[in-house]
Amino acid sequence: MSLKIKVGMASCGLAAGARDVYQAIQKYLENSKLEADLASTACIGMCFAEPLVEIIDADNNSLTYGDIQPQEVETILNDYLEGKIHKDKVILSNIMEGSENENLKNQTRIVLRNCGRIDPESLQDYLENDGYKALEKALKEMERTQIIQEIKDSGLRGRGGAGFPTGLKWQFAYDTPGPKKYFICNADEGDPGAFMDRSVLEGDPHSIIEGMTIGAYAIGADEGYIYCRAEYPLAIKHLQKAIKDAKEAGYLGKNILGTDFNFNLHIKQGAGAFVCGEETALMASIEGERGMPRIRPPFPAQSGLWGKPTNINNVETLANVAWIILNGAQKYNKYGTEKSKGTKVFALAGKIKNSGLIEVPMGMPLKDVIYKVGGGMKTEKPFKGVQLGGPSGGCVPAELLDTIVDYDSITKTGAIMGSGGMVVMDEATCMVDVAKFFLNFTQNESCGKCTFCRVGTKRMLEILTRITEGKGTMEDLETLEELSENISQGSLCGLGQTAPNPVLTTLKYFREEYIAHIKDKRCPAGVCTALLKYEITPEKCVGCTACARVCPVEAISGEVKKPHKIDQDKCIKCGSCYDACKFDAITKS
Amino acid sequence: MYEKFIKKYAPTKDNLIYILHEIQDNHPQQYVSEEAVQEVSEYLKVSPAHIYGVLTFYTMFSTKPRGKNIIRLCESPPCFLRGSEQILKKLKESLDVKIGETTKDGLFTLELCACLGVCGNAPVMMINEDVYGDLTEKKVEKIINDIKGRQE
Repeated sequence: MSLKIKVGMASCGLAAGARDVYQAIQKYLENSKLEADLASTACIGMCFAEPLVEIIDADNNSLTYGDIQPQEVETILNDYLEGKIHKDKVILSNIMEGSENENLKNQTRIVLRNCGRIDPESLQDYLENDGYKALEKALKEMERTQIIQEIKDSGLRGRGGAGFPTGLKWQFAYDTPGPKKYFICNADEGDPGAFMDRSVLEGDPHSIIEGMTIGAYAIGADEGYIYCRAEYPLAIKHLQKAIKDAKEAGYLGKNILGTDFNFNLHIKQGAGAFVCGEETALMASIEGERGMPRIRPPFPAQSGLWGKPTNINNVETLANVAWIILNGAQKYNKYGTEKSKGTKVFALAGKIKNSGLIEVPMGMPLKDVIYKVGGGMKTEKPFKGVQLGGPSGGCVPAELLDTIVDYDSITKTGAIMGSGGMVVMDEATCMVDVAKFFLNFTQNESCGKCTFCRVGTKRMLEILTRITEGKGTMEDLETLEELSENISQGSLCGLGQTAPNPVLTTLKYFREEYIAHIKDKRCPAGVCTALLKYEITPEKCVGCTACARVCPVEAISGEVKKPHKIDQDKCIKCGSCYDACKFDAITKS
Repeated sequence: MYEKFIKKYAPTKDNLIYILHEIQDNHPQQYVSEEAVQEVSEYLKVSPAHIYGVLTFYTMFSTKPRGKNIIRLCESPPCFLRGSEQILKKLKESLDVKIGETTKDGLFTLELCACLGVCGNAPVMMINEDVYGDLTEKKVEKIINDIKGRQE
């Protein structure tokens, strides 16, 4: 068939209504003279424009339409048949002048090489895009130590957050003797604002299987687990299909590709616990325990899953492996900076225009990531800060936007690369409130094993709540810093050690906002409700009584057709009157 | 009575989480009952205390009966920045429940959850295994009504 229509059906596409669009196209094709092959693909990264529909003709001319609604399908396809293109709807194309989106132009896609292009449920599609060629090369042409050396030379570092050199990690597992070793993929992505692992699992599951199989062969493991969070049902579904297909085709299981190498791969599902992203907690969870971290050493490479030598890598890390083996370390380490090689996927969220996933070479300045690739701010309000690395990371202010994105430069700001989540905030965001929000997250997710993490974060949260209610003191700021120090030092795992980061960085870069809350009892961003003051402008008030009627505490009084008044002692600052007033007579300050 | 779900898996402790998911997903009230814990305990030869330890550690498990459809609204910062508070208010109003409660008709339970990883389309919620994004109050109302319609 000459024409191909692809619909983006990853979680982001489905969340935006792709299933209805797919069905509308299906229905259209049944009743029209247009002959086309309808297929689904995953996420190309442009979540902001979902649902996405790509039409590719026999000459490989491609048009990608964004924000497609089911009711638009008929018109768009009818017009396409007549050679008319809805230019305003096309967000990507290789034939239209100027439609080559800035978003993609500035990207280098290694991890996301197949995402949004292939059908993730088709092994054939993966094979046609160099799939499993790296595995064949590794098994038939390379020694185990050679593979490890290649990964070392590439400079690949763990993309899950800590940035530990992957080749070295493999070396440790290789060096530990033992007849039984495990290879684990950490797919328990939980950082709020990071979703690259989901995208790769949903969009290119075979790349993870291939990366794992190469790694398992290198370290000498014959069994592996993918630990995936239960919040990602589609990823699990695609993985299950991919594992089955790979096994049937001889890329997994016994005597892989006719060699004497065996590798059995299982999926383990989480059940909603952020801390299971920590490697020792993850292993406890696989074993059927509460997912609580264990003391290291011994490290997993010495004693991991069921006490056996184990290697654990993150999804994004593993998605690089096949590419490196196939293209060589030299080609990979051409990208990036001295100590951070290759590319990094960033998840853009919050108040940014092009929210979604992007992959850029390490070393790009933050401002290019946000403005050039990310399209800048979503609203007219100016940029205020960006939270890097989720709840373990920190908030980087506008004056540091020249910082380049690599492990070391980001760490210098007090934030961390983490898994690569970027939550962009504008001037309407209260930084104390944001710090409180992130801390609330880690507080909820603390497993409770270490006292400092369990109790310390609770105390910090109480202080932050107090500050946002205008009841804080200057002493509180010192207590926050002291507690932060203690929690970092007194916690076993990364969750506790990094939990204070959002507070520490906002204290460092936005201290004046904390002080405004404490001394002036004022929230500069106008977010903290307890510090707001609602007042009625008598000149504008017509006395319609709408505000008095909605006030839940009867704080508003006044006669009909005469200006009303708010009793500040009674007011609970719920904002109901503000919403109810049709004459803009109520001000919020 | 839970035998057919439990015996799908080998009697090893590492299958515990899978078994609990299976039991919960197949229960019309989406929870793991005391009887189920007892049966699993006998099958895996681990103590009920251990099973309760696991059940209560992971947020997706419930030891109390819930509604037919579990609504999980993301409470993480990326969704918050894009107005999840307003969505929560709307959900509470149209379902007439508080967080953690089940509607009187037993159709919905409202829960909050950590990041669902669909931040590009925030605010986001998940109902059972389906994700709904770019939520507005109007959209929420339609989603709820559609599900109600399907049940009748």
